[in-house]
Amino acid sequence: MEAAAGHARAIRPPARRAIPDGGPRSAATRVTRIRVALLATCLVDTLFPDVGRATVRLLERLGVDVDFPSGQACCGQMHVNAGYPEQALAIIRNHVAAFSGAELVVAPSGSCVGAVRHQQARVARQAGDLALARDAEALAARTLELTELLVDVLAIEDVGARFPHRVTYHPTCHALRLLRVGDRPRRLLSRVRGLELVELGDAEVCCGFGGTFSVANPDVSAAMLGDKLSRVLATGAEVVTAVDVSCLMHIAGGLSRLRTGVRAMHLAEILATTGDGP
Amino acid sequence: MSAGGPAGRSGAHGPLRGREPFPDAARRALADTQLRQNLARATRTIRARRAEVVGEVPDWEALREAGRAIRAEATQRLPELLETLEAQVVARGGTVHWARDAAEATRVVVNCVQATGAREVLKVKSMTTQEIGLNTALERAGIRPVETDLAELIVQLAGDTPSHIVVPAIHRNREEIRQLFRQHLPEAPAALGDDPQELAAVARRHLRQKFLRAPVAISGVNFAVAETGTLVVVESEGNGRMCLTLPSTLVTVMGIEKVIPRWRDLDVLLQLLPRSATGERMNPYTSMWTGVTPGDGPQTFHLVLVDGGRSRALADPIGREALRCIRCSACLNVCPVFERVGGHAYGSVYPGPIGAILTPQLTGRPGDRVTGSLPFASTLCGACLDACPVLIDIPQLLVHLRGVARAGARQGRRPPSPSTLAMGAAAWVMADGSRLGWAGRAARLGRRLPAAGLPPLARWLRTRDLPTPPPETFRAWWARTRRGRS
Ligand code: SF4
Repeated sequence: MEAAAGHARAIRPPARRAIPDGGPRSAATRVTRIRVALLATCLVDTLFPDVGRATVRLLERLGVDVDFPSGQACCGQMHVNAGYPEQALAIIRNHVAAFSGAELVVAPSGSCVGAVRHQQARVARQAGDLALARDAEALAARTLELTELLVDVLAIEDVGARFPHRVTYHPTCHALRLLRVGDRPRRLLSRVRGLELVELGDAEVCCGFGGTFSVANPDVSAAMLGDKLSRVLATGAEVVTAVDVSCLMHIAGGLSRLRTGVRAMHLAEILATTGDGP
Repeated sequence: MSAGGPAGRSGAHGPLRGREPFPDAARRALADTQLRQNLARATRTIRARRAEVVGEVPDWEALREAGRAIRAEATQRLPELLETLEAQVVARGGTVHWARDAAEATRVVVNCVQATGAREVLKVKSMTTQEIGLNTALERAGIRPVETDLAELIVQLAGDTPSHIVVPAIHRNREEIRQLFRQHLPEAPAALGDDPQELAAVARRHLRQKFLRAPVAISGVNFAVAETGTLVVVESEGNGRMCLTLPSTLVTVMGIEKVIPRWRDLDVLLQLLPRSATGERMNPYTSMWTGVTPGDGPQTFHLVLVDGGRSRALADPIGREALRCIRCSACLNVCPVFERVGGHAYGSVYPGPIGAILTPQLTGRPGDRVTGSLPFASTLCGACLDACPVLIDIPQLLVHLRGVARAGARQGRRPPSPSTLAMGAAAWVMADGSRLGWAGRAARLGRRLPAAGLPPLARWLRTRDLPTPPPETFRAWWARTRRGRS
């Protein structure tokens, strides 16, 4: 897969803007603390709260102040992608309002950040709500995926984690192609103590989730998942990780049905683990 | 193709409309393990070849951007460019016909052939003639079309339809092809093997006879240069070149969006196309002709410009991007859905990601249960956009056309469908933090996903487990542990 398609050009994380003192290597030594608003995402909030808690634990350990604006609910991606942009409009309006006071927003999800950066403003503009489109654009420019915050803004690759297991990494499609997070997750994983990172075959092929695709086209989705699972099993890894709980939920659903014993864990959960305590 | 004629009209199946919605056709295709093996092997090979020859071009991204700009300009200036093209072709001795739809286009072509008295015509591989169901129309008029592209010949001998834009017989393996040739070609020896060279040689012997005899050939085009009136066909086998030069009459059918402004635009497009299509640095044969050259090549030349829903697509400011397509099929070869189900599952001569955005626009029936299912045949993984040489944002178009499909299906329908109601309810919950918090607590009480009882999830659950809602939502945990802090 060659790099950089057209849509990558628009992506420019607000790198360093949030670091008043110029971005030291360790956030702990920073004079002015960084404050981020956590966009937990609706899936993490309702189904995978452990991932949200791990994200908070990780960021606080790195000296970041975390807020959780309680007005947040969903980014609207599911409704837009399912062909209901009019219904998504209220969701987007709520999202933009919920984070209006936040200087920097971080989410443990490539897909939701992808929607914030590439979808919300467009949907608002197409609906003729130009004020919302403008606000959504401004919010998009201050919204980061977790590994972008760690590597680009905090400039940290060694987060002090310890996780003595064999792990393989699945690059989720939106993190890979919409956000171009590139090797940031791998760089973070390679600095985790005790962790053995094994490469996944055909890693960049979609797992077949695709949101409502997996419901509308369950058979094709299952066939794609089957191929992903055999690649995961071929690595001999104990844990498969990714930056999106949606895809992980899909992969975990297959792993659990096959009773493989292989676990699916969000990257934040691995990075939050230090070996001392939970 | 059993039903030619106006594509997609009146719910009948035809070149652009299959018999059943994509999910059903896909399920059938998935059960064919031989098909899946053939597809996996073939697409993997093309993907690797493409990646190699694209990787060696240092300014590939700049080339794509240039390709995008040329094709975008062409669609923006379409009416004017077509008039220039017509004037140039006529000035150089050709005849230009305008056809609104498939029915008009096939009628024009049949008339052109009948004027020569020919009972057999040679065909150069062409998607547009497949789109308008030309072979069926010719046969009805008592004219025998002979496909000269090796893969199209295989498809024709098998009474099949193409399953790929560039590699129409991608669903067949060598052994299947060997059997077809043994059955249908008198030139095939009894001991015919399945070596590609050997198979190609038999087809060549079969076709050579026809090249020397047939008075009429029918072709499509890859590009039509407006400023010079030059038409361009790229191919690998050289059979197209034979058809374009030996017969005395040539009829060329093109979709109106194939026009490009300038001769020098070919510099960019002829670099992008072969690398993206077949993974070749340069295709072996590029044929170009401008009108009629006295004493050299066909002395009668007809150009048929087919609209076929393109003007309507052009009116959609988002959907029109699909008209930039140069039919390289790179998006098919990288698509994980296409790789698993093949082209026939899409029910259209244009399959894969480009087919999913082009077909509903060409038929003009986005709410149709068959063609309307195509924009949903994607996980939106984005591999197609990464591969597209003219930067068509296929995922965005898929999403746009999903909305168009929903709106089309809603038209005249009261009360709203169950899925519209369910999504409406979900939107109400998801547009408010406290409502979502309430829903999360409700789900926890049941300790199972509220959606798990819905029928569409039954097939999901056949191969996958659903997560159990946690004892406490993140929101609730935050409120319990952080209240009063920070
Ligand atoms: S959409 Fe792009 S990649 Fe697909 S066939 Fe057309 S030009 Fe090629």
